[in-house]
Amino acid sequence: MKMRGAQIVCESLLREGCNVVFGIPGGAILPLYQTLPEFPDLRHILVRHEQGAAHAADGYARVTGRPGVAFATSGPGATNLVTGIASAQMDSVPLVVVTGQVNSSAIGSDAFQETDITGITLPITKHNFLVLDAGDIARVIKEAFHIANTGRPGPVLVDIPRDVFLEEVQYMVPGEIELPGYSPTSVGHAGQIKRAAQLIKDSKKPVIVAGHGVIISRAYEELKELAEKAQIPVITTLLGISCFPEDHVLWTGWPGMHGMAYSSLAIDESDLLIALGMRFDDRITGNPKKFAPNSKKIHVDIDPSEIGKNVVADVPIVGDVRDILASLNEIVEHATHTEWLKRIDTLKDEHPSLRLPDTDKLLGRQVVRDISEITDGRATIVTGVGQHQMWAAQHYTFKNPCSLLTSGGSGTMGYEVPAAMGAQVANPNGLVWSIAGDGGFQMTLCELATIVENKLPVKFAILNNGFLGMVRQWQEIFFESSYVSTGYSGNPDFVRLAEAYGIKGIRVTDKTQVKSAVEEAISHDGPVLIDFIVEQEENVYPMIPSGMTVGDIIEEPSVGKVTA
Amino acid sequence: MSELVGRHTITALVEDQPGVLNRISSMFRRRGYNISSLAVGQSESQGLSRMTFVVEGDSATVEMVAKNLHKLVEVIKVVDISDEAAVSRELALVRVEADVASRSEIMQIVEIFRAKIVDVSQGTLIVEVTGDEDKVDSLVDLLRTFGVREVMRTGTIAMSRGVSFEGESITSSLTRDVS
Repeated sequence: MKMRGAQIVCESLLREGCNVVFGIPGGAILPLYQTLPEFPDLRHILVRHEQGAAHAADGYARVTGRPGVAFATSGPGATNLVTGIASAQMDSVPLVVVTGQVNSSAIGSDAFQETDITGITLPITKHNFLVLDAGDIARVIKEAFHIANTGRPGPVLVDIPRDVFLEEVQYMVPGEIELPGYSPTSVGHAGQIKRAAQLIKDSKKPVIVAGHGVIISRAYEELKELAEKAQIPVITTLLGISCFPEDHVLWTGWPGMHGMAYSSLAIDESDLLIALGMRFDDRITGNPKKFAPNSKKIHVDIDPSEIGKNVVADVPIVGDVRDILASLNEIVEHATHTEWLKRIDTLKDEHPSLRLPDTDKLLGRQVVRDISEITDGRATIVTGVGQHQMWAAQHYTFKNPCSLLTSGGSGTMGYEVPAAMGAQVANPNGLVWSIAGDGGFQMTLCELATIVENKLPVKFAILNNGFLGMVRQWQEIFFESSYVSTGYSGNPDFVRLAEAYGIKGIRVTDKTQVKSAVEEAISHDGPVLIDFIVEQEENVYPMIPSGMTVGDIIEEPSVGKVTA
Repeated sequence: MSELVGRHTITALVEDQPGVLNRISSMFRRRGYNISSLAVGQSESQGLSRMTFVVEGDSATVEMVAKNLHKLVEVIKVVDISDEAAVSRELALVRVEADVASRSEIMQIVEIFRAKIVDVSQGTLIVEVTGDEDKVDSLVDLLRTFGVREVMRTGTIAMSRGVSFEGESITSSLTRDVS
């Protein structure tokens, strides 16, 4: 059958199971857009800025476990995607991004809206393609999905010149994928798994540190089985949050720069660290040379280049964490660690990292607590980066798997609005709360129009402190409270802003109003924005300064360390 | 982990696609690895090129280089042949100043190094030398006393000795026994 390149793109996307695309048209990609009406099963969501398309595809991908798809035109359309692509790469999120390019004959001539997007995205994609022959499109799209969503997932960009969209070729369903240089390992080495089981058996003070890999491979049951069978406390990374229910008796928080003190201390005192699908990020290790100094380390990761990158493992196992845990669970022995769990309880008592100070002021943390309580820890929470992110991660009690979407590795402000939109598209009947700061929210708030247009009932909680709060906190602690360029004195009236978009807006200034506002937002059929005017100089505690150790931890002065 | 920084020779079999060299050099730049030399050419298979890298670093760094190379979709096989018996060769062209008085002395040195004089003109000679890096370094150093105008080196290419076709891919060892 003869088909045009643009038709082959649509046909190939549908064949890969894609039925939603986020994007904005423009000159170079127009032939693809003009083909969309022929493919009614391919729903296109028109965003307001390409960064929103990439983040929305990211949110969609994390919720569904399938690659999120974004379209953008050449030049500025493509470069606007860059932050979203880089964020997806850092957090191992599968995306397939299709960009229009100038006509192939014009490439290299600095034509109107030409940019070398494959060159630009080379270090921030898992792989990318420039397609110069419409006959290659079907194969390339198939390979793009395969690469994006196997092994360690990541974004793949496919750049297609305008004339290639228009070129008519014989369409053939692509055959088996042939990528001789790409064969991710999924099954772990049996000998290494045996060694891991032996280390677990020999350990008196084991901890599991579960990362994003556990969520990506949906290894929730396997993780729970291992933890319960060998009675091992479970700590998660920031991106691992929600891979293990936080109301479980073995849940032991998350460690690192703003994690719970007891989690960092448990790691410090442990004699065995079982790292599952995590990469020993600097926000967790602080000084990697002094991280978990007393423990042997089992490191399970699907990406061999993560093994030994930051921390040397005693037993590395390359492969899919779900497969490996399933094999490990078969041979690991039942165990109890009563003394160790008692010690962790003591650490929790001595370091009540989540205790709120006694105050009548409206704290950002209080807002998160109340949302958590009212939603019973079962909403999908989406955050950007900063204080609101840390408070959401600390004070929301996540009970459902894969229910925190946050920009972890890249720390992208502005992720919270479009990613929440993508999460809601992926799960139309789910309750999605975007917990935002007033800074990040303003970076991508244009997507409120997309949310209204598509009748997406996202609930927004802006923790509005009139500051780039986390940066202000660093200025307070490390630069003698010299608040250079962090105060937002010109913030809009967010309630009226919401109303201007046709969204219900609520303002909360008092801690006694939080719960009723949250309930009102949930019962409202449609998107709602709540502007919480929170305490301006509230800090995130605990805090381990960059590159330091758990011994340097700063705990909240008014709550502090409780010594028995 | 910490040990003496040394030179390691890594070979990689890669798909002969536009942009592959860019991907590889971008990875080296981004991760801050040092390449002492890089040579690229066709391999025995059509559509595949073989690259030889000489990389500086301790063995942990070199292992990360190999893993990150292997992570690139178009890189098919990566082998560290530093510890194996291997033949490594480099070709250099050296334009050296030579007058009537010095010419015969230069020719003697060239003879000792089994090098060749491939061009003679008024006042200069071009010397062609093949050998491992040390040999080329030594010859260039000796020729400096006569005045070296220009040096052009290909970078090292290397092949392990014996009948076996390369060693085992570095990263495949990770999925096996590594303790």
